[in-house]
Amino acid sequence: MADRTFSAARLPGFSTLAIMVFVMLYLPIGLLVLFSFNAGPSPAIWEGFSLQWYPRAWANEQVKDATFRSLTIATFAALISTFVAVLAALGTTRRKRTGGQTFVYLMINQPLMVPEIVTAVALLILFGFIKVATGYQGLGYLIIAHSAFCIPFAYLPIRARLEGMDLALETAAADLYATPWQAFRHVTLPLLMPAIIAGLMLAFITSLDDVVISLFVKSAGQDTLPTYMLGQIRRNMTVEVNAISTLLIGLTVVMLTAFFMLTRRGD
Amino acid sequence: MSSAAEQAADRKVRRASWLLSAPALFLLIIAASGPLIIILIYSFLEPGKYGNVEWVFSTDAWVGILYSRDIFDGTYKLADAHLSIFWRSVKLSLYTTLFAFVFGFPTAWFIATRSARMRTALLFLITIPFWTNLLVRTFAINQIIRNEGVLNTFLIWLGVIDTPIQIIYTDFAVFLGMTYVYLPLMVLPLFAAFDRFDMRLLEAAYDLYASRWQVLRHVVFPVVKPGVIAGSILVFIPSLGAFVTPRILGGGRNMMIGNFIELQFGAGRNWPLGAALSVTLLVIVAVALAVYVRFANRDNGHG
Amino acid sequence: MKKLLSAAAVLLASTAFASAEGELQLFNWGDYTNPELLEKFEAETGIKVTVTDYDSNDTALSKVEAGGGGYDLVVPSANYIQIYVEKGLIQKLDLAKLPNHVNIAPEWRDVPWDPGRNYTVPWQWGSVGMAVNSDTYSGDINTSAIFLDPPEELVGKINVAPEMNDVLSLALMYVGGEACTEDTAVLKKARDVLMAAKPKWQSMDYGATPKLASNDMLASVYWNGAVFRARLQNDKVKFGYPREGFPLWMDSVALLSDARNVDEAYQFLNFIMEPENAGLISAFARYANGISGSDPFMPDDMKDAPEILIPEDLKASGHFLPTCSPKALEYYTAIWTELRK
Repeated sequence: MADRTFSAARLPGFSTLAIMVFVMLYLPIGLLVLFSFNAGPSPAIWEGFSLQWYPRAWANEQVKDATFRSLTIATFAALISTFVAVLAALGTTRRKRTGGQTFVYLMINQPLMVPEIVTAVALLILFGFIKVATGYQGLGYLIIAHSAFCIPFAYLPIRARLEGMDLALETAAADLYATPWQAFRHVTLPLLMPAIIAGLMLAFITSLDDVVISLFVKSAGQDTLPTYMLGQIRRNMTVEVNAISTLLIGLTVVMLTAFFMLTRRGD
Repeated sequence: MSSAAEQAADRKVRRASWLLSAPALFLLIIAASGPLIIILIYSFLEPGKYGNVEWVFSTDAWVGILYSRDIFDGTYKLADAHLSIFWRSVKLSLYTTLFAFVFGFPTAWFIATRSARMRTALLFLITIPFWTNLLVRTFAINQIIRNEGVLNTFLIWLGVIDTPIQIIYTDFAVFLGMTYVYLPLMVLPLFAAFDRFDMRLLEAAYDLYASRWQVLRHVVFPVVKPGVIAGSILVFIPSLGAFVTPRILGGGRNMMIGNFIELQFGAGRNWPLGAALSVTLLVIVAVALAVYVRFANRDNGHG
Repeated sequence: MKKLLSAAAVLLASTAFASAEGELQLFNWGDYTNPELLEKFEAETGIKVTVTDYDSNDTALSKVEAGGGGYDLVVPSANYIQIYVEKGLIQKLDLAKLPNHVNIAPEWRDVPWDPGRNYTVPWQWGSVGMAVNSDTYSGDINTSAIFLDPPEELVGKINVAPEMNDVLSLALMYVGGEACTEDTAVLKKARDVLMAAKPKWQSMDYGATPKLASNDMLASVYWNGAVFRARLQNDKVKFGYPREGFPLWMDSVALLSDARNVDEAYQFLNFIMEPENAGLISAFARYANGISGSDPFMPDDMKDAPEILIPEDLKASGHFLPTCSPKALEYYTAIWTELRK
């Protein structure tokens, strides 16, 4: 009977398929990164190692502008969305469930459910009105739009952290006649900090990723890195785009590694 | 006396809860949920001659989704142009969901059955593509399947083919791209479900001489079903509204709803139709979500 | 956190005010503006030009019409100029501010879409024709049959630029009609031909230049200068002028009514009518311009390029597209929607 011992790990074909999936997930990205170091101009025929495409991409004024703009928007969107998400998380967790809370919860997660193209079109119309009425055409529109759809990503880790937190410390602080603000400032906030930073990072990446909403909301000369890349992919598929992509992938990996470290530390 | 104080305290807590949530709600209402109402309004207006709208009430856009007036004899017929785009979107999204499941299920299982350290590492490996820019990932696929891309160049070099296989700009390319891009969305909830699954159940079932596939079907699947549904919804919804992937891999001929909506606000110059299509897309998504909530609740009910 | 916030505030402030002076927003077709031209302009005037791309006349018009885009100058094709004028989207030019206005070539001065050039100044002009890779197909390419009744070798390999007026006009001329016709029999015929041909196409997309050059596309309905650029990288790419009739076009620069940088815009308009600068425009996009005396400043390879010189026997087949009547436009749009499903 020994040979009939069931090993959950060994279902025929599962491991092979899984390993294949991992390979398939990384092969395209890997080739993309590899060819960003190509000496030649082809994204498919290897002609030797070279770093030329990086300085070339950076010498391009449009790339530089778009990068700076994307980082500005992402910074603001991450700060704003995380700030409001912390407040909302404090308002919706560790309390008796009410109908109001379900509503808030639904609203916060709404950007995850509504297809981006629909929101984008709606914002095109709304911001079009406001742009004509006020004459203001700055980055504010992009920042507000990004802040809104980043909220659920910022909210998620913060809420999870709050739910897992021990109330005893706060109760103890309250027993020592700390005001609610003092209790928050000196007890809750420090404990919450890793989750807040995690939320900031997720919001930052989410903002940096966005194509569709930015495409519809941007005014003249407001290309973000992704909208610029979209135009380039359709027009001149040079290896420059590979170089920019590689930098974006690098940024994502760094942020995620930090995120994993932060969220695991508390456990 | 104490109950009145309790009530007062309760009210206070409630008010604080609303106040704390207010800034987030405000932002979401002005830049996410609120504008959706504008779309509904616009879908009942007349298109302007060169774009935008005329502020005249009209149901043309809604009629236009299903019926089109023949420009030459004025008769109404089913708008097969629109229906075929909807059908393509739904079909490709279903295929994408199905294949994401076929590949995602073993992958999630594989991850869930590794040692704790290995599991963390593998999860991290799944998460990286998930958070990598969607455009970058689509571009990566584009570079592989285009006529002068890695795949065709390689096959020609091997001598298997002598002219490139046309993959890009086909429905298949869109489907392939979407499966690649949305696969992590299937793996993560499936993993979460497996992770909660008590593996000892398997051994018990196996002791009852069930075959491996029977165990999978009758023991594993019912338990992880919520994860399967969650993963399917997470893949299906973004596929249905996909814009970037079909735009880059579809070549402008094989449009999905998302691209068709964009067309109406650009070269198509029919904003009300675009608005009506957006509302329709929203309704399909809402139905999919409602199905999900129903299934999820029923399963919870069974405990 | 406080430090982070104040750093962010400084960052926002710097981006907000960086654009306060000496800038110009040009809304132009993608891959159409010579970066050297903009560098030269900035060196001479200190004005930084930002270009935002669009893909089609319809997209540009619809974005401008939506309002609040923040653009100063736009570059519509001839048959769209009257629409912009009628809708009040562009403003009449103060010719006193444009001393180089005299450089506009006589044949491009009293054009039907803008008599006397009171609204627009020439950018570039060209034709729409058939780009074909001669390795794939070596037969006659001076016909719209390339995309409307494609030879065996090209089935499933043709790209069609999704520019409504160009494509429909080609089809109408192919079936013996003319652009902007209201004759339903001809329109119906054109639609049927298009619908029958569509399954034999590969894609309907812009950005064909690099793809033609790299053999990712083997044939395309496209603009002459863009095909010229592809040919410079890949000499198998040939350009054909359909004898059944092909569109000629001219894109001109217009000043938008809600432009904010009007003075800068005038400087730019005057600048591009300088023959040397007009030569720069052509040197990049490879189309002819409408400025007298710019020839010496054009690259030598443009003087005898088959994409620029229309063969004598086909010259009569080239037609400038008129602005369609609302009725004709309605037909156009309906056929176009059906085609793009």
